[in-house]
Amino acid sequence: MSDEVAPPAATGESGPTAPRADLPEALIAGSAWSEPMLGAEGIPIVDSPFVTVGGGLGSLAMADVLRIAGVPASDIAVLTDIARPDESYRHVASNSQISDGERLRSDSGSVMDNIWAFPSYAIREAVSDRTPKPVWQSLTEPLLSEYFTPRSGQVYASVGREADRIGWEAMRVGGHVRMVRRRLGGGYFALLTPPAGSAPTRRVAYRARYVHVAVGYAGHKFLPDLQKYRDTYQDLRRVVHAYEQHGHVYEEAERRPVTVLVRGSGIVASRVLQRLIDDRDATGARTKIVQLFRNYVDGPQGERATFRRPGGNGFAFQAFNLPKAAWGGQVREQIAGLEGKERADLVDHLGGTSTVPRRAWRAQLARGSREGFYEQRVGRVSSVAPSVDGRSVVTTVALSDGSEETIEADFVIDAAGLEADLTEHRLMADLIEHSGVRTNQRGRLDVEPTFEVRGGRNEPGRLYASGSMALGGHYAAVDSFLGLQYAALRIADDLAAQGHCARIGVRRSIAQWLRWVRNRPA
Amino acid sequence: MTPTLVGRIQTRWFLVLAVGVPWTAVVSLALPGASLGDVYAATFTAILLVAVLGVGWELIYHALQQFRWDKDWPTLLGLLTGINEGALIYLLLRAGVPIDVGPIDTTAFLVHFASVWTLVWLATNGPMRVVFIRWRFRGGRLI
Ligand SMILES: Cc1cc2nc3c(=O)[nH]c(=O)nc-3n(C[C@H](O)[C@H](O)[C@H](O)COP(=O)(O)OP(=O)(O)OC[C@H]3O[C@@H](n4cnc5c(N)ncnc54)[C@H](O)[C@@H]3O)c2cc1C
Repeated sequence: MSDEVAPPAATGESGPTAPRADLPEALIAGSAWSEPMLGAEGIPIVDSPFVTVGGGLGSLAMADVLRIAGVPASDIAVLTDIARPDESYRHVASNSQISDGERLRSDSGSVMDNIWAFPSYAIREAVSDRTPKPVWQSLTEPLLSEYFTPRSGQVYASVGREADRIGWEAMRVGGHVRMVRRRLGGGYFALLTPPAGSAPTRRVAYRARYVHVAVGYAGHKFLPDLQKYRDTYQDLRRVVHAYEQHGHVYEEAERRPVTVLVRGSGIVASRVLQRLIDDRDATGARTKIVQLFRNYVDGPQGERATFRRPGGNGFAFQAFNLPKAAWGGQVREQIAGLEGKERADLVDHLGGTSTVPRRAWRAQLARGSREGFYEQRVGRVSSVAPSVDGRSVVTTVALSDGSEETIEADFVIDAAGLEADLTEHRLMADLIEHSGVRTNQRGRLDVEPTFEVRGGRNEPGRLYASGSMALGGHYAAVDSFLGLQYAALRIADDLAAQGHCARIGVRRSIAQWLRWVRNRPA
Repeated sequence: MTPTLVGRIQTRWFLVLAVGVPWTAVVSLALPGASLGDVYAATFTAILLVAVLGVGWELIYHALQQFRWDKDWPTLLGLLTGINEGALIYLLLRAGVPIDVGPIDTTAFLVHFASVWTLVWLATNGPMRVVFIRWRFRGGRLI
């Protein structure tokens, strides 16, 4: 496989062991590059003061804030393997059963296309659907109603509008970024492989003073026992990952009665359960569902009344993946004040596996238990193997009471939501190997409160990161819509302190908001 | 809203100054009273109390917030706390605390207090985020 056809990292196939193709040794080994080194290889150089690698929602948030801070589109390059900023998100969302009409897991103020969150998603939905309900819900949440959360379709449409407003197409450069290396004399080179046939050379080097990486996930990981099963038996059909396409499971469940084993108890499991039960109701499918819990939560967790998370029926409940104040309140401050293991422990405690206590979901499961089509098991898996006739998958579970039980299922859906390690991502692995950047307790990029990557500075250049690759830092919510926006704002402030752009103060903020309202270019 | 204690107090003081004071200056013109001076004495004392007593209230709200897992302060509470705060201020004014501002016209008090409270509440639920882009990430802190 030549690197020209390297798949996007999200498929998890472009690990550090992928062939380096035909890059010359001098470039591979040289931890800092110079213009003559690139010239000798015939690699053209394109200048851009600021490069953001990824082109997903994290890059959108970054470019958006910079444009608001007065940086012209011509001074920003978005290096990306997708066409639109919501493309990757849409892909995992739809795989994990969030269709356009489904509601997401972030609040009315996590407005991806509007850093001010005004008007909020709730207000906009009220206007577009001509109903006061969303506003009423956001006024009374979470006391009299559940938290308002936007429909994915609304987010996609508004992200598209904002991308157009800030000149996304003018900033976007298609291709796959192989490496980001230090430049002798300061700043960085981002080595891009454009899509085959789209450029006169096989590679282009972007010379930038500042580089921001927001490459999303390194890929998705199966639970170890399920990975072993897939490797051993090469059965990629019956054991599937919720983040990957697994529509055939639902299709088969419509055709004949099947048993589906759902592994995990977080939000992804909830969505899969909803889909299976919705299908039973809508299409008359006779699916039997078994859910296997590793840790069964049978009530609120926490010793102190001031530190107690609701839970029950197996699930830990919270509206978002962290307490709401982790985005901008006392929990954010608390986490920011800690370091090392103490911080990691607190974040584990506040985050961890949880799902949303939606009334509709709880009612579905209660009905399933009553009618016998939904069962729960608690225990550790000791083995996963095909059945004797090879037509199903047998999971052997050591139950909490010490006994063993086997669960025979036609399909196993891994909804544990494990993420691949950072080093599975080729660009990240290269950064760590050659650019001196460090990883944190959680194995992600170690970042400053300004989201500058520690160890990556190349004066006067700076390297920044946000999203999943920057988890484990001072800001726990960095891999979320609002967290990406917060990171973008902090980075822009750091750039402003270096004189790269204006600091967004009161006047600029209001003026830019008025432009947003009128949908005028930033 | 996900305020911190310092953020609560700063936001309250700022909005009393930026919204409460100008609005009081205007709305008082339309309120009944023996003289404009008397009306102003009553209305400005009321918003002074919102600012001063508010510090105590915020301590209480902050303590209550600790019992919420999300450590947030629901929007609705931001509106409803106007009831307890307004009632206390009304009683104090009638009792001549901190200064005697003469007889209190209940309707005038209600119109003034409810309108100030609603405006401040509306401002915290949108406009503040436009004016101060970092405000919501800092738990309501302005400095
Ligand atoms: C199922 C799911 C649901 C979620 N729901 C919510 C929600 O409701 N609310 C919320 O706030 N957050 C949610 N999140 C979290 C988070 O907001 C999203 O994952 C968001 O898309 C992260 O943005 P990102 O830019 O980091 O990654 P992405 O949007 O995935 O973008 C990264 C892009 O970089 C590209 N890329 C990677 N490597 C390279 C390379 N070497 N060269 C060029 N391009 C590259 C990738 O192909 C990808 O397109 C959810 C996450 C998941 C997985």
